[in-house]
Amino acid sequence: MGVSADRLSARLPGGDGALILAVFLALYAGFGLLGVLLGLDANGLASTLQRITFFAAVYALLALALNLQWGYAGLFNIGVAGFMAVGVYTMAMLTAPTDPGTGGLPGLGLPLPVGIVGGMLAAALVGALAALPALRLKADYLAIVTLALSEIIRIVYNSTSLRTFSIAGVDLGTGGSQGLALPTNPINALFYSDARSPASPPTALGEAAFGLFGAAGVQHTTVVDWTYTLVLVVFVWLFYRLLSRVGNSPFGRVLKAIREDELVARSLGKDTGRFKIKTFMLGCALMGLGGILWQGSQSYVSPNNFLPILTFYIFIALIIGGSGSNTGSVIGGALFVGLLFEGPTFVRRLVAQQIPLGDAPDTFVAAVEPLASLDVTPLLAYALGNLASLRFVLAGVVLVYFVQTRPKGLLGHRKEIAASVDLSERPNRPARADGGERR
Amino acid sequence: MADTYSRGKRVFVERPLELVLLTVGVALVADLLSKLANGTVTVLTLSIFLKDGIVIGLVIGLAGVGLSMTYSILNFANFAHGEYLTAGAFAGWVATYLVAGAGTVSAGDLFLLGVSGGADAGTVGASVFSTPLAVLVGFAVAVAFGVALALALDRLVYRPMRGQGAISLLIASIGVALALRYLLAFVFGTSRTGITGGTLPTYTVPVIDLIFNAHELALVAAALAMMGGVHLLLRRTKLGKAMRAMADNPDLARVTGIPTERVVRATWIIGGGLTGAAGYLVVLETGTISFDYGWTLLLLIFAAVILGGIGSIYGAMLGGLTIGIASTLSLIWIPSDFTHAAAFAVMILILLTRPSGLFSGVTTA
Amino acid sequence: MSRAGGTAAVERAAEETETGTEAGPPAARPLRVRNLTKRFGGLTAVDGASFDVEEGSLTGLIGPNGAGKSTTFDCITGVRRPDGGSVHLYGEEITGLPPYAVAERGLVRTFQIARELKEMTVIENVMLAPKDQRGERLWRSVLPGPRRAVIEQERELRERAWETLEFFEIDHLAEEYAGNLSGGQRKLLELARALLTDPHVLLLDEPLAGVNPVLEEKLLGRIHDLRAEGYTFLLVEHDMDVIMNNCERVIVMHQGRVIADDAPAAIMEDERVIDAYLGANV
Ligand SMILES: Nc1ncnc2c1ncn2[C@@H]1O[C@H](COP(=O)(O)OP(=O)(O)OP(=O)(O)O)[C@@H](O)[C@H]1O
Ligand SMILES: [Mg+2]
Repeated sequence: MGVSADRLSARLPGGDGALILAVFLALYAGFGLLGVLLGLDANGLASTLQRITFFAAVYALLALALNLQWGYAGLFNIGVAGFMAVGVYTMAMLTAPTDPGTGGLPGLGLPLPVGIVGGMLAAALVGALAALPALRLKADYLAIVTLALSEIIRIVYNSTSLRTFSIAGVDLGTGGSQGLALPTNPINALFYSDARSPASPPTALGEAAFGLFGAAGVQHTTVVDWTYTLVLVVFVWLFYRLLSRVGNSPFGRVLKAIREDELVARSLGKDTGRFKIKTFMLGCALMGLGGILWQGSQSYVSPNNFLPILTFYIFIALIIGGSGSNTGSVIGGALFVGLLFEGPTFVRRLVAQQIPLGDAPDTFVAAVEPLASLDVTPLLAYALGNLASLRFVLAGVVLVYFVQTRPKGLLGHRKEIAASVDLSERPNRPARADGGERR
Repeated sequence: MADTYSRGKRVFVERPLELVLLTVGVALVADLLSKLANGTVTVLTLSIFLKDGIVIGLVIGLAGVGLSMTYSILNFANFAHGEYLTAGAFAGWVATYLVAGAGTVSAGDLFLLGVSGGADAGTVGASVFSTPLAVLVGFAVAVAFGVALALALDRLVYRPMRGQGAISLLIASIGVALALRYLLAFVFGTSRTGITGGTLPTYTVPVIDLIFNAHELALVAAALAMMGGVHLLLRRTKLGKAMRAMADNPDLARVTGIPTERVVRATWIIGGGLTGAAGYLVVLETGTISFDYGWTLLLLIFAAVILGGIGSIYGAMLGGLTIGIASTLSLIWIPSDFTHAAAFAVMILILLTRPSGLFSGVTTA
Repeated sequence: MSRAGGTAAVERAAEETETGTEAGPPAARPLRVRNLTKRFGGLTAVDGASFDVEEGSLTGLIGPNGAGKSTTFDCITGVRRPDGGSVHLYGEEITGLPPYAVAERGLVRTFQIARELKEMTVIENVMLAPKDQRGERLWRSVLPGPRRAVIEQERELRERAWETLEFFEIDHLAEEYAGNLSGGQRKLLELARALLTDPHVLLLDEPLAGVNPVLEEKLLGRIHDLRAEGYTFLLVEHDMDVIMNNCERVIVMHQGRVIADDAPAAIMEDERVIDAYLGANV
């Protein structure tokens, strides 16, 4: 299938872009069908597809950032969640009002764009701090260091002692385990006259959009959410362009060489340490931005959003798509969300609706006991009721399966050549007889 | 003279982190002494911290031995090690409950340990004092289950991947960890519940009034006995010597003709058994169980192993004690929600400054 | 004469270290190695080796297996940190510099066991080599304006890369993964890569092992051409005929020491060399 997917992308007009589009269309078709079977109305369908697109986009963003570090340069960073947290928290603390109302947490009151850039810079700086000494280490040590660092970061944001504090007379706060309010989503301002209140009268644009989609039965919030999701999709495209340029360049070539055999790169005069630090910082900044874009859809953030499991999810997405490939990262993000993350929930709803299973037993034992009388329905009902756990089990099994049998991901072994020009183009000669293959 | 100076300068330039670490260590000891002198910290507080540190440190060390051995002999960091701990504990305590509560509570409820279902720790009243047999049986089951699980997972997951890179194996172990942890959650539920019950006899150390309870003593005794057993095994038996050779240098061992697969199997058996035991003992001491407690201990176990030097069995034991004591003593200076962070930070510093571990020069096993 | 000459060179090199001749302006020889020492635990792999390589020369470095030749290369190129001694490149001390810094100064080596970048194509492998590529700056490879200059340079490099592949007769493999090459082809790739860094001095560790005789002849011819252009070569090779027919000077190592340093004809008759090889059963 790996080969066939690659051939497919070669045959589809538009190449990789078309492949990505095809994956999304297939997902939409699948979930659309599930939605229809579930009897969802227009708004339900629109909101389902929005959800899928949203999560596919955030996982694609994060997988792309991770692919730069791991796929290209072989830097095994399993502290992604921590770098995301730094980005989001810094953004929130920079933009929180200086004098919050009761119960609010004070911040620096800076404008949102400053907060976002600040969040990315902070994530990059923390990355550099970790990277400077750690990039000398073996890959598995780097893994342990980054995981520990991400846990330290989470513990710090979770700590009661930093709920509020002041540095040099400036009051700040992380909110401890309760978390921190996030700035108002600027997308709201497009649709509502008061961005903070969906109850406020709509703007002219809001009026038009709500009217248009409302006629089809789509609710206001769905329209707003879709808009935000489309912004994320644009960011996926930007990440993709940026990282493709980085990858397909002499810089990317050195990164690949580092991944393959660092000593060779060093022996050819490349100061690999500098390349690794730059890569690590850029990757972390993008993870910070990815976190900001993800959590930006929420009204508040807490340390529990950044458990290590999040990092593993991103890894699973990247491995499914195939590390080393930007196209694979995007497709992996989409497939992970569609098949492993959202898919099971929909299947559960469908099964629950179609097959009367009765009340799910409370405990595993109660679910298993009827097996003695060959009655599997209680177990099935219990499994559906505890799908959240089973989904993790499935994710773990998929991860093992891929590492064991498809280490290159679903797309298989892809030749993504690290150069800014087409290297197959042979200068000063008529095209070789067999040279016309690459486009 | 100039030479000493330049050497000093070189140490300063090349190993700034070690220097900082040393300075901080000295400063902390000095501060502790002054706190003891002026009474901010009493001898009792200090001895309680030390006791708690030793107790938790022994379990971490016990679990660390297994991790250290698989790390060096199979050459990969097993991120599922924490789940071996949890799974062993669940298996062991199910056995304890089935024995201790037989007749009073239904077997189905006993099986679920009260994490879900209707058994509650008070009714079952499992402890070394009131139900010694049940605890012994549970301990044995925990060890056996740890072994069986380690062997089964090696067969299913790791053996087909022998010869693949350390990172592939590491990623696979993350998958194993996820699957195992949530399989436990699926069966037992996700809440944290009390496990031990009844009143426990205690023993008071005269003069400083330090109180030990029976479970702490049992844990210390069991952990020390198991460590002693491993020591004898590695020193006295041919297999043990082969394992030490492989831990030191797997390539060398392969050429010199030590039956590698046999050694690998022995490694999993010992590692899995010790880890299952450690899992059981943690629950005995803390009195609670939940599906993810092994995962939360994993990084501490890694810290112990790294501190002791990967591949060093005595290093892992010492590392465990160090991490345990450091995490309780650190309460003197930092808020309790930072103790884990402090332990992780120390681990990172060790990795950066002395990746071969603090004790690797002292003992190699 | 032969015997005396060989000994004289070794002694001269040793003497210079002892009497500190270095105090004067060092003759800007391409490569000057003094008292180089490298220990692995109890084993001294390189034991106070001293030798010079003359400008534009093709110097052979021979010795029985385990003599310390590859380790000497490792210490010169910064792959390993020597325990003692010094290395000068054109009069500048490079002892203990990291490999990339050594390579930047124009000293490049190949490895005895070819280290191709397996998951990169052959042409990607060689495109990696050229020094100071504009696009190695992250921002230049991304920003639209500077990127144009990067692309322009990439075109030039591509041209050179293809020419080099053609010369080494591996151009038909350009788009093959380097990991799929045969042993001899990997050696060629490694040499091609080293040459594309525009070095002054090349240390070649058994570059001909596994290369077919026709190509071997051609490679040696190319090495002579390059030498005529001013490149300097230090060549490790086990094939005595190759060494004797091509090198003007031969350095012999045994158990980490330089035991002879002379013209090929003289080396052939040097008793210590003969003993060393006989003793090692070669
Ligand atoms: N990494 C290492 N650790 C320990 N010993 C080593 C190491 N590398 C080389 N040696 C030892 O150092 C000595 C010199 O080895 P080296 O590879 O330099 O010899 P050589 O002259 O290149 O031999 P050959 O002709 O076989 O390539 C040998 O005895 C070798 O076993
Ligand atoms: Mg050699």
